[in-house]
Amino acid sequence: MSLLHLAIIAPLLYAILVPLFYKSFRQIHTGWFVLPLPIILFAYFFSYISTTRHQAIVMETLNWIPSMGINFTAKVDGLGLLFALLITGIGSLVILYSIYYLSKTKEKLNTFYTYLLLFMGAMLGVVLSDNLIVMYAFWELTSFSSFLLIGYWYQREKSRYGAQKSMIITVFGGLAMLGGIILLHLMTGSFSITEIIAQAHDIVNHSLFIPALLCVLLGAFTKSAQFPFHIWLPDAMEAPTPVSAYLHSATMVKAGIYLVARLTPVFAVDGLWVWLVAGFGIVTLFWGSFSAVKQTDLKSILAFSTVSQLGLIMSLLGVGAAALHFPGVEDNLYIVATTAAVFHLINHATFKGSLFMVAGIVDHETGTRDIRKLGGLMHFMPITFTIAIIGTFSMAGLPPFNGFLSKEMFFTGMLHVLELDLFNFQSVAILFPIIAWIASVFTFIYSMMLVFKTFTGKHQPEKLDKKPHEAPIGMLISPTILASLVIIIFFFSNSLLSENIIEPALAAIFPGLLTEGTGFMVHIDIWHGFKPELFMTLGVIAFGILLYLTYPKWRKIYKLFPDKLALNRLYDGILERAQNGSNRLTNSYMTGSIRSYLVYIFTFFIIILATSLFVKNAFKLDTSKVSSIGIYELLLALFIVIGAISTVFAKTRLASILLLGAVGYMVSLFYVLFRAPDLALTQLVIETVSVALFLVCFYHLPKLRKEDSRVRFKLMNALISVGVGIMVTLIALSAHSNKFFQSISQYYIENTYTEAAGKNMVNVILVDFRGFDTLFEITVLAIASLGIYGMIRLRLTRGDEE
Amino acid sequence: MRSNNNIILETTIKVVLFIIVLFSVYIFFAGHYYPGGGFIGGLMTSGAIVLLLIAYDIKTVATILPVNYRTMTGIGLLFAIGTSAGSLLFNVPFLTHAFGHIEVPVLGEISLHTATLFDLGVYLVVVGVTMTIIQTIGEDE
Amino acid sequence: MEIVMAIVVGILFMTATYLMLSKSLLRIIVGTGLLSHGAHLLILTMGRLKRGSAPLLGEKGPYTDPLPQALILTAIVISFGVTAFFLVLAYRAYKELGTDNIEKMRGNRGNE
Repeated sequence: MSLLHLAIIAPLLYAILVPLFYKSFRQIHTGWFVLPLPIILFAYFFSYISTTRHQAIVMETLNWIPSMGINFTAKVDGLGLLFALLITGIGSLVILYSIYYLSKTKEKLNTFYTYLLLFMGAMLGVVLSDNLIVMYAFWELTSFSSFLLIGYWYQREKSRYGAQKSMIITVFGGLAMLGGIILLHLMTGSFSITEIIAQAHDIVNHSLFIPALLCVLLGAFTKSAQFPFHIWLPDAMEAPTPVSAYLHSATMVKAGIYLVARLTPVFAVDGLWVWLVAGFGIVTLFWGSFSAVKQTDLKSILAFSTVSQLGLIMSLLGVGAAALHFPGVEDNLYIVATTAAVFHLINHATFKGSLFMVAGIVDHETGTRDIRKLGGLMHFMPITFTIAIIGTFSMAGLPPFNGFLSKEMFFTGMLHVLELDLFNFQSVAILFPIIAWIASVFTFIYSMMLVFKTFTGKHQPEKLDKKPHEAPIGMLISPTILASLVIIIFFFSNSLLSENIIEPALAAIFPGLLTEGTGFMVHIDIWHGFKPELFMTLGVIAFGILLYLTYPKWRKIYKLFPDKLALNRLYDGILERAQNGSNRLTNSYMTGSIRSYLVYIFTFFIIILATSLFVKNAFKLDTSKVSSIGIYELLLALFIVIGAISTVFAKTRLASILLLGAVGYMVSLFYVLFRAPDLALTQLVIETVSVALFLVCFYHLPKLRKEDSRVRFKLMNALISVGVGIMVTLIALSAHSNKFFQSISQYYIENTYTEAAGKNMVNVILVDFRGFDTLFEITVLAIASLGIYGMIRLRLTRGDEE
Repeated sequence: MRSNNNIILETTIKVVLFIIVLFSVYIFFAGHYYPGGGFIGGLMTSGAIVLLLIAYDIKTVATILPVNYRTMTGIGLLFAIGTSAGSLLFNVPFLTHAFGHIEVPVLGEISLHTATLFDLGVYLVVVGVTMTIIQTIGEDE
Repeated sequence: MEIVMAIVVGILFMTATYLMLSKSLLRIIVGTGLLSHGAHLLILTMGRLKRGSAPLLGEKGPYTDPLPQALILTAIVISFGVTAFFLVLAYRAYKELGTDNIEKMRGNRGNE
């Protein structure tokens, strides 16, 4: 295990200690103990930048299941490192923020930080694993920790609902992704992403390629809340705000983005990938921004805004994937789209993180997040207001904030679609820049609403639970850092990010495009002249302000979508039907009657055996190898048959017990005839003890009543039992006639004396060769006797009455 | 159980009992070479005790043989597991048995097996289980 | 002989099934007992019958197959344990519920 592996699982290990800290030091907020870990990890991963900026890749392998090609291979390249830095960096800030947000006396901090660390470790595992199966395991772990964190306030019904919804949707996608991974393995024979990428061109015409592509995309789209799977994200806002800032805007929801970026070299060979990723991305972008405008809850606005921004990044990745179809990097038109995606990923984490924290502060200090109740907070919380201005203006794409830069690049990328002459894109290409522009207008509107409805306008103290005041300084540190980053990135994007982060990330996304000695040259311009992008931005601002001011006039448009939660209704409906349906289905056959179960079992027994005998043409009767029939054996067989049949017609309990005993004794005689002395002895003694046992119980046993005499009932029983009997006979005959391999008994016969120094083979097999069987057998016996003892002696319910 | 007045059964059992028990012990030890072993030996011993139960009532038998059969089951399991796990001490797989031949005065050469210890565990469990079952049912009135 | 045994085993299974499908607990127990006899004989028959002397090294070879015998020995003891357990279960259920009809038992459970 290398230091890198340790760094990935450090949060998981550290999570074990959290409850101890919580118990031992109740006076100190548990968050202070947790905080150092992400900071150390951030510093550790930061040191990798010097490696990755030279396009070097660090790989460490820890064998797990080598025979199946499943190993914990940690790989640090530009893309993984970018995410690792986001996870640990934002993680540090969120934990710092949460220390002030969550009360140390009222909340169960031990569980909160345990879950949070669980998530952090899982997320690091997702982005730093080169093995797809390991990545999948971590991927599901992020879903689980997200479930636990959304349901943190599990007393609230909405929390539980949101937690369940996110779990169902993301785990469903995760399972689809697992299917995709397995399909990839079938095609390439490897789980390693590096190796699969190397084989990308060989598998593109494979019949499983498209199913694998769809399965993987399903996983990515559900995780990254792409339309129509975005419905879980708004409900996930029931989580504590630090969690929303961390999982549901900066990191976990970007796991899908990560997956798409990571597997672009594998799948983008096919045009379908470009179509789907770009198409779903742009639709999500529009629908998210459109829906965000009508929300009244601060966090809901942010949730839909996140959905829309994720769509934006997704569509950029889709368009960027087209770059693989053009040689070289120098004048490749579509690389700019991928660059914008990576760049916006960082920017989104900074401004959206700070905005979530602002929403948390407003909620914390006023007691509500409803923008209809808020207003005029500017005077009470000037610092928060400043941060909010920076965050929202960046989100709206205004200078001098980093959102402006990536928004301009986004427009550039979308305009390049017009020139894309692959995969029949020409026909609809014009839609991409148009939808992008419209969505940007809506983005502008909800950004303005977010800040101005909250901080300006009329103050309504009568609607607030608390008297608003500025947040404590500790709570402001994290959003201030993020907001400063928003501005710093705008001015120093090239020196800070281009070479260190973005270029290595691009190299990881497009490994095939680079030839020896070349590299991606990313240069982000603040001012790039009077180009179409600039006019588009100006148009966004003009229309945005116009529509913002006239919002009350056109808000009716949302009434046009009467069931605004149509997708949610669909989800609820499916869930309810699935529950009712499976309930009905289960109740229909799980009647609780032993008889019905036995009927199922025996019927299936007959059908399955008969079918396989018939289909495989397995029935065979070979009389050449049978042994001779002796007169004693024949008589004995006759007696057994008579005895067995008589039990059916026995009128009294004594008769049936004795008949059973008689059959048992005759079976032991058979053992004598068939040269099985051990069996004969055992059977004799067992039969004696059993009959004694039956007789001990005899007086307490019920009298044999006359059986239910309905003919249909009897007929059905008779039919089933005759079927079972015939099937067993047929199987016995075929098994006797077909011998496909040598009996393994020869080994025992030869080695009984040499290996175990015994002469009685049966006994040697029991105590030596197959000792495990015997060991478990006597264990079962002991359990049975304890069960009997318990049933007789312990009368837990009736004991008091008697 | 019921009190009884069957003199013939009582008298016969006093003699037969020891023969059966002795035979069962023999059959247990013979198991490695001839028909027999822990299962049969154990069952036969319990058969003898059941016979005793039929002749006398359960309280008398409990005074003659003051054995807690559940403890006996436990000890038997411990024997079986202990013998199996003992092989781990010698760095061989679980359940590996060893055997050896030893010269003993008077008796001559005899062979010793750890497998017999395992079988002893089986014997004890079988007796313990059978008797637990019969005793619990018999006592429940 | 194997063919005769196959038929005997089939009949044992048949009667066992019939008894197990009835409603009386005692019959079901007797049915399971017959079923285990049938299964043991089936295993024994599958190992070929009368192909040599008993599997003791002192005897003259060839020997009959020892493996089915070892399996059956285990099965006999286990089925004893299970039958005993089942018997006591039925006995307790009868004492508690006053019926040995499995259909009636289900009905009674609700009234407790």
